[in-house]
Amino acid sequence: MAGFLLRRLVNYVVLALVATFLAFTLASVTFDPIGVLEQRKPPPPAATIEAKRKDLHLDQPIPQRFVTWMSGVVRGDFGHTITERPITDELGRRVGVSLRLFLLGITLGIGFGVLLGVVSAIRQYKFSDYFATLFSFVLLSTPVFVLGNLLKIGAQDINDAVGTNVLLFVGETTPNFQGTWFEHLWDRLQHLIVPTLTIALGQIAYYSRYQRSSMLDVLGSDFLRTAQAKGLTRRQALFKHGLRTALIPMATLFAFGFGLLVVGGTFTERIFNWFGMGHWLIEGISTQDTNVTATVTLFVAVCVLFSGWLADVLYAALDPRIRVN
Amino acid sequence: MTSSEILFDSPADPVVEGPVLQVEDLQVSFPSEAGRVHAVRGLSYEVSPGEVLGIVGESGSGKSVSSLAVMGLLPPSARISGSIKFQGRELIGRSDAELSKIRGRRISMVFQDPLSALTPVYTVGDQIAEAILVHRKGSVSKAAAAKRAAELLDLVGIPNAAERAKAFPHEFSGGMRQRAVIAMAIANDPDLIIADEPTTALDVTVQAQVLQLLETAQEVTGAGIVIITHDLGVVAGFADRLMVMYAGRAVETGKVDDIYSQPRMPYTLGLLGSIPRLDVGEKQALVPITGQPPSLTDLPPGCPFAPRCPMVVDACHTAEPPLINVDGSAEHHAACIRTGEIAATDTEGAEAAAEIFGAEVVEAAEIAKVPREERRVVLGLDALVKEYPVNKGVVFKRRVGTVHAVDGITFDIREGETLGLVGESGCGKTTTLMEILGLEKPMGGEISVLGTNVSELDAKRRKAIRRDMSVVFQDPMASLDPRLTIHDVIAEPMQVHGYGKDEINRRVPELMRLVGLRPEQLSRYPGEFSGGQRQRIGIARALALEPKLVVLDEPVSALDVSIQAGVINLLEELKSSLGLAYLFVAHDLSVVRHIADRVAVMYLGKIVEIGDVDSVFEAPRHPYTQALLSAIPIPDPAKERQRERILLTGDLPSPANPPSGCRFRTRCFLHASLPPEKQRTCIELEPPREVQALDHEAACHFAQIRQVL
Ligand SMILES: Nc1ncnc2c1ncn2[C@@H]1O[C@H](COP(=O)(O)OP(=O)(O)OP(=O)(O)O)[C@@H](O)[C@H]1O
Ligand code: SF4
Ligand code: SF4
Ligand SMILES: [Mg+2]
Repeated sequence: MAGFLLRRLVNYVVLALVATFLAFTLASVTFDPIGVLEQRKPPPPAATIEAKRKDLHLDQPIPQRFVTWMSGVVRGDFGHTITERPITDELGRRVGVSLRLFLLGITLGIGFGVLLGVVSAIRQYKFSDYFATLFSFVLLSTPVFVLGNLLKIGAQDINDAVGTNVLLFVGETTPNFQGTWFEHLWDRLQHLIVPTLTIALGQIAYYSRYQRSSMLDVLGSDFLRTAQAKGLTRRQALFKHGLRTALIPMATLFAFGFGLLVVGGTFTERIFNWFGMGHWLIEGISTQDTNVTATVTLFVAVCVLFSGWLADVLYAALDPRIRVN
Repeated sequence: MTSSEILFDSPADPVVEGPVLQVEDLQVSFPSEAGRVHAVRGLSYEVSPGEVLGIVGESGSGKSVSSLAVMGLLPPSARISGSIKFQGRELIGRSDAELSKIRGRRISMVFQDPLSALTPVYTVGDQIAEAILVHRKGSVSKAAAAKRAAELLDLVGIPNAAERAKAFPHEFSGGMRQRAVIAMAIANDPDLIIADEPTTALDVTVQAQVLQLLETAQEVTGAGIVIITHDLGVVAGFADRLMVMYAGRAVETGKVDDIYSQPRMPYTLGLLGSIPRLDVGEKQALVPITGQPPSLTDLPPGCPFAPRCPMVVDACHTAEPPLINVDGSAEHHAACIRTGEIAATDTEGAEAAAEIFGAEVVEAAEIAKVPREERRVVLGLDALVKEYPVNKGVVFKRRVGTVHAVDGITFDIREGETLGLVGESGCGKTTTLMEILGLEKPMGGEISVLGTNVSELDAKRRKAIRRDMSVVFQDPMASLDPRLTIHDVIAEPMQVHGYGKDEINRRVPELMRLVGLRPEQLSRYPGEFSGGQRQRIGIARALALEPKLVVLDEPVSALDVSIQAGVINLLEELKSSLGLAYLFVAHDLSVVRHIADRVAVMYLGKIVEIGDVDSVFEAPRHPYTQALLSAIPIPDPAKERQRERILLTGDLPSPANPPSGCRFRTRCFLHASLPPEKQRTCIELEPPREVQALDHEAACHFAQIRQVL
């Protein structure tokens, strides 16, 4: 079993490398930082342009550039941005910002999604089921930026109603905030609520749909009836025998759900002015910065693949049949 | 079974007078798109302590619904009325929490499909322990419950119980899972056990074990038992009383012996007459019950059996006949207005059924009168071998073993002859069929069709030979393409073989009539037909190219008995009128005895006994054949109670790793009773197939006749 998980991990590392290489190549081929430089008015001197070309290793073939960059990455050096700042310095802070959003979003998404799915399934064709279905479909068909902006408006309404600004939605913290650590924490929490909701709602909708259908499969199953025939009440049978079994297919979804989350996260960061990884990616693309683009891609790949690996672990934990083989 | 005393030390159970279960005027209905389905319509019955009640009826007659109602396990959409009293206390109207205290403690249930009855993610031991813990929280520790779970597994005959308790359900075979469910059902020493078709999905040998186990369970718990089945054989020896259900009601009830010997309602008569008998040598007239059970959404007034009843008269349509006493017995009731006339006929049982339903023995074909040696060999197998590699690993597959699915089998089928191929599931029947149908050069040995060795065929000749051989599969639903009309389904083989359009359009309706269907239905789709009709369509398609040999893979095992009889009769008529030869694969030996001329018994890829049906069934020489035959219940209570069962222990060994010498030795009762030096022969030497009598061979070193019927 441990061997199986280790092999999967190795697979995922290779996949992450391939994904990053592809992003790096694509960025290198399409970006034209020198062109941007040349079009400045007044144009910079030829020597400057030449120095920039050297500095960006544009004289080398792309695979070689990738190897140079990657060998830095292994040592913890992600290279420079196009504006000469070391990426590594900024990376830690940005990863922190994004992970805070992603992890909260996915935890809430899975928790409430599963709950909503189970409730929907148990109350199939009742009002709560129809309501949950409607809720999910509306959310799943609303683009994140629409949802984010709607929530902003809603938050503003709440603030107006309360009279003070409880819900803050610009940035991840108030600039130059002074106070005790507790006040700091409170400030960050105030900034966190609306963006987290933006991400979590979509996730809840996504997971609840799948959980509902896998729970419905289990609801009609013979083993649930056997459990009740033994003397478990319907509720006990549902939670002890039904839910556990219905969660198994969800483990696999987890990996895909994370991909969805990252896309949503990128928009969310833009909408709420969070300087996280998603924001950085957009910035990197607009400034034609290969290193930033590759770094963010690497980060995303690692996240997605790590969640894939976590899904394998979860799957194995939920389904003993895997462990036995 | 010595541990039973320690296991069932339940002193506190109050002794209750009167019946354990009393059902009165039970009505259950469900909402559906077509209107309310009245699944149970006024059902009343009783079970006394320690009594075994058998409930028999066709699919959809309400057997399961009525028992689920007793357990309180019907879906919330069900509407229930009437009364269900358990030990004098009313169950209808109680909450789930209250019922859950009775379920599994006082009343327990064994379900039909053991494969899906256990939760896949918990160990078998844990699931049994849970049955104990849920009712005895506080008084029994987890460790004690786990220990008792292992004891219970041991009691139901799982070898190595303590070890196996840690296994997950998918590591158990179907028979073992059913045992585990029974262990769960008896864990709390219940007063009533309901078994809903507990053996339907199992092999005959395992079925015999499970029935035996239920009898043991009844002895140790002293519980009343309700056993539901559609197979009249299963309950003949086990049940004390019988209730026959039709369209949600009881149509005949009484003592088992009375009902089997003097059925007094045409439906019961039909059921009894439709079963081929293992113990009847001469040709038997099988009674088909035509038509289908009525829709339960809006029944017309009158007797619900009227549309299928051969005795129907106008008076039958006025009101639904109530259950009335028959033969002056207070215990025997039948719901038929003409029951008196049935009683007055001078024939009884199956004979009376054949008379009333007008069933006749199918005449043998002309060709069958020619001596066997003079007829042409249609299909010949000589030492046929088929092996499958066993691989391990996902990316780099390594071969770690070989499954010897078919390991050197030899037989031939001659013109106008039926060979029945029987054996437990997993013994290689289907593999043999696939090899024959593939018409490819076999891995080992030879296959010849109509005298041509298939290894020497080129593509063109192979196609030509395919015309002489066709196949009918088990599952009538899965084997017909649902998007094709019946016309296209039947026409397809002819199109493949380049028949002209006119020819096809002439032949398809002809084939429909041949299999007893109306040509007007040709433009319909398979989904609109019942199981029996679909099987007829499958047969029509198989006959399209006028084959000499038809291979039938369990053609009737998915059908209800009454429908089955019709299909068997059809197959016999076709064989007789068209001079066909059949290779008939089945696990039901009664059907084989009825339809086959010769039978081959397979065990782990080998033929252990082969020969003339009457000789093999009446004087079986191989211990495996004897065990198989003795496992088949006979629908005759008196005979059935006297029969001594040979119970095979355990399951089929893995064909990847068969035992040395005689493959059957690990389960052979004869082997076990031999002195050590003779046992060595079985272990070291593979028994050759030896002639035992005229057209009768068996492969056992110590073959001896043992009558088991
Ligand atoms: N949950 C349900 N909802 C609607 N109709 C149902 C439901 N359960 C059973 N029925 C209907 O009730 C009738 C009786 O079904 P039941 O399962 O009791 O038959 P049965 O005698 O046990 O048949 P079988 O031999 O196939 O097990 C059938 O018409 C069936 O379609
Ligand atoms: S009442 Fe009439 S239709 Fe019904 S079983 Fe008797 S004879 Fe047949
Ligand atoms: S050869 Fe031995 S083990 Fe095999 S069937 Fe005969 S007695 Fe049993
Ligand atoms: Mg049923």
